[in-house]
Amino acid sequence: MIVARISDDALAKACGADAVAAAFAAAGCSVERVSSWGMHWLEPLVEISGVGFGPAVPADVAAILSGSSDKCIGAIADHPFISSQQRLTFARAGKTRPLSLEDYAATGGWAGLNRARSMTPAALVEEVTRSGLRGRGGAGFPAGIKWQTVRNAVGTRKYVVCNADEGDSGTFADRMVMEGDPFQLVEGMAIAAHAVGAERGYIYVRSEYPHAIAKLDAAIALAAQIISPFLVEVRVGAGAYVCGEETSLLNSIEGKRGEVRAKPPLPALEGLFGCPTAVNNVLTLAAIPHILSEGGASLYDSLGIDRSKGTMPIQLAGNIKHGGLYETAFGITLRELIDDIGGGTASGRPVKAVQVGGPLGAYIHPDQFGLPFDYEAYAAADALIGHGGIVVFDDTADMGNMARFAMQFCAAESCGKCTPCRIGSIRGVELIDRIRSASPAATDGVTALPQMHNAPKQPRSREADLQLLEDLCETMKFGSLCALGGFTPYPVMSALKHWPEDFA
Amino acid sequence: MSDTGRLDDIIAAHAGRDGPLLPILIDVQHAFGCVDAGSEARIAHALNLSRAEVHGVVSFYHDFTAQSDPRPVVELCRAEACQSRGVEALVEAAEAAAGSRVKIKTVYCLGLCSAGPAARVGDNVHARLDQAALVDLVQSA
Repeated sequence: MIVARISDDALAKACGADAVAAAFAAAGCSVERVSSWGMHWLEPLVEISGVGFGPAVPADVAAILSGSSDKCIGAIADHPFISSQQRLTFARAGKTRPLSLEDYAATGGWAGLNRARSMTPAALVEEVTRSGLRGRGGAGFPAGIKWQTVRNAVGTRKYVVCNADEGDSGTFADRMVMEGDPFQLVEGMAIAAHAVGAERGYIYVRSEYPHAIAKLDAAIALAAQIISPFLVEVRVGAGAYVCGEETSLLNSIEGKRGEVRAKPPLPALEGLFGCPTAVNNVLTLAAIPHILSEGGASLYDSLGIDRSKGTMPIQLAGNIKHGGLYETAFGITLRELIDDIGGGTASGRPVKAVQVGGPLGAYIHPDQFGLPFDYEAYAAADALIGHGGIVVFDDTADMGNMARFAMQFCAAESCGKCTPCRIGSIRGVELIDRIRSASPAATDGVTALPQMHNAPKQPRSREADLQLLEDLCETMKFGSLCALGGFTPYPVMSALKHWPEDFA
Repeated sequence: MSDTGRLDDIIAAHAGRDGPLLPILIDVQHAFGCVDAGSEARIAHALNLSRAEVHGVVSFYHDFTAQSDPRPVVELCRAEACQSRGVEALVEAAEAAAGSRVKIKTVYCLGLCSAGPAARVGDNVHARLDQAALVDLVQSA
């Protein structure tokens, strides 16, 4: 019997994979629902004996089965988008059934956990430190050092918390891990628990990911015996972007408003319910099983450039022809990613801007496309890698409007605890509106009062408004408690710097 | 069973957990379509919290509403990646198709950023929407 392998990832489903799967079943094929290869422009992608067909619709079934389909892309593993990648975290993508323990064990699953449990926690932490793995959530803090802090912290209980509140636009790697390879995340958490001495773990998932929640719940139930005595539980968010910030996330699990906490104390010392807590991103924890397998740490350390070690699952999104998941060693340039791998824009128009790192990431001009993918190189260019999401815009994009959107988004999602973010973002929207409308600020009744000696009596000029916007961004950047208010200036200032004509 | 009985069942189902408030509120919102003042008071009493504390949490999160809305909901992503793929041009047609019968709710990111514009109805997600597909989706919601 012919076996048709079709992804059951949310993106494949959103593009009609269920109907295609039903059509293959009706044609007498055996249908296997597997994880997604990450070639999103080809979803729903059908794989029969290693050969791919996509994007498939139910009407293609007869042609695919008779071998006359013009949607054949040849052997999937040899496709340049796949063969040029270096997949460690996504090694199983497209190849296994997400909830099959059999498939997971047959592809090296649990090897990392078994080896980790034969080691002392100290040796385990040492090995993770040596691999050079840095937090994939955005901040890039060395994972081994965080674990060491939690391990050494004094506490009767300790926790491992997985941050799966992937709210950044342009990112979907966490979702793909949770839906495509949930056991890998569970294994990574069990290893982390052994390293830091935790008995319980939580995975905090955003409510916008119903499929990921269902897969994780099922995977945890299936793997409960294997990871025992470690216990993991999924906690679902309630639509607050700011809960992706680690301290806000901890408050949310505790059942409080998702407000950011001041640091110190670090969550590693006083985190969930006041106990030492290792908070790691999905991609960080999913990278762990590979690192802990035999020789994994030294391989990881040998990849990448400078202090950015290993591989990064990069997400090509937005107006790009070949969007999807591209995992590769650090050091690749944006030009390679967008022109060579991504094939330029989906609309066929020239690229105007690229936002790297989600809503808080800088807009990067095509002149800077030589920038290597590396934490420090991006920081030096006033940009950030964040969670590795890349959103491409064509020349129809209005960058002044995008800058305004960044402020508006910050205003909508601010937790309200610190003033620069809560009020600054609203003032930012007003200020950008005023700059763009070219109508000078009206002096209101209060500023006209004779008591207001220091208030300017003349309306502010456009130059003064621009200066004020810069000052406001400076205040937000250095005065906000967390990255939401602190990084919103990146998209605003980068848009203003590179595309001043869009603010006219 | 009365609403109070259902509410108490939800509270009892989560009461033994660490940090039970959010799971309770999610289930209450799902069961009743809102978390109203009466529910807040009852949850507060059961968890030994003040009503203000519970209300503070309810009003913080976008997913909780004080009043139920009987209309079907289409969640339309209007974050950067969907904007770059032209979602803003579809909003007007979607609103027109929705009229007063369907609620169009703006969300920021459904994680389908390489295949936007994207929308969600219940637990079903839809990608690569053009105007006709989105209008269809709204009309069939």
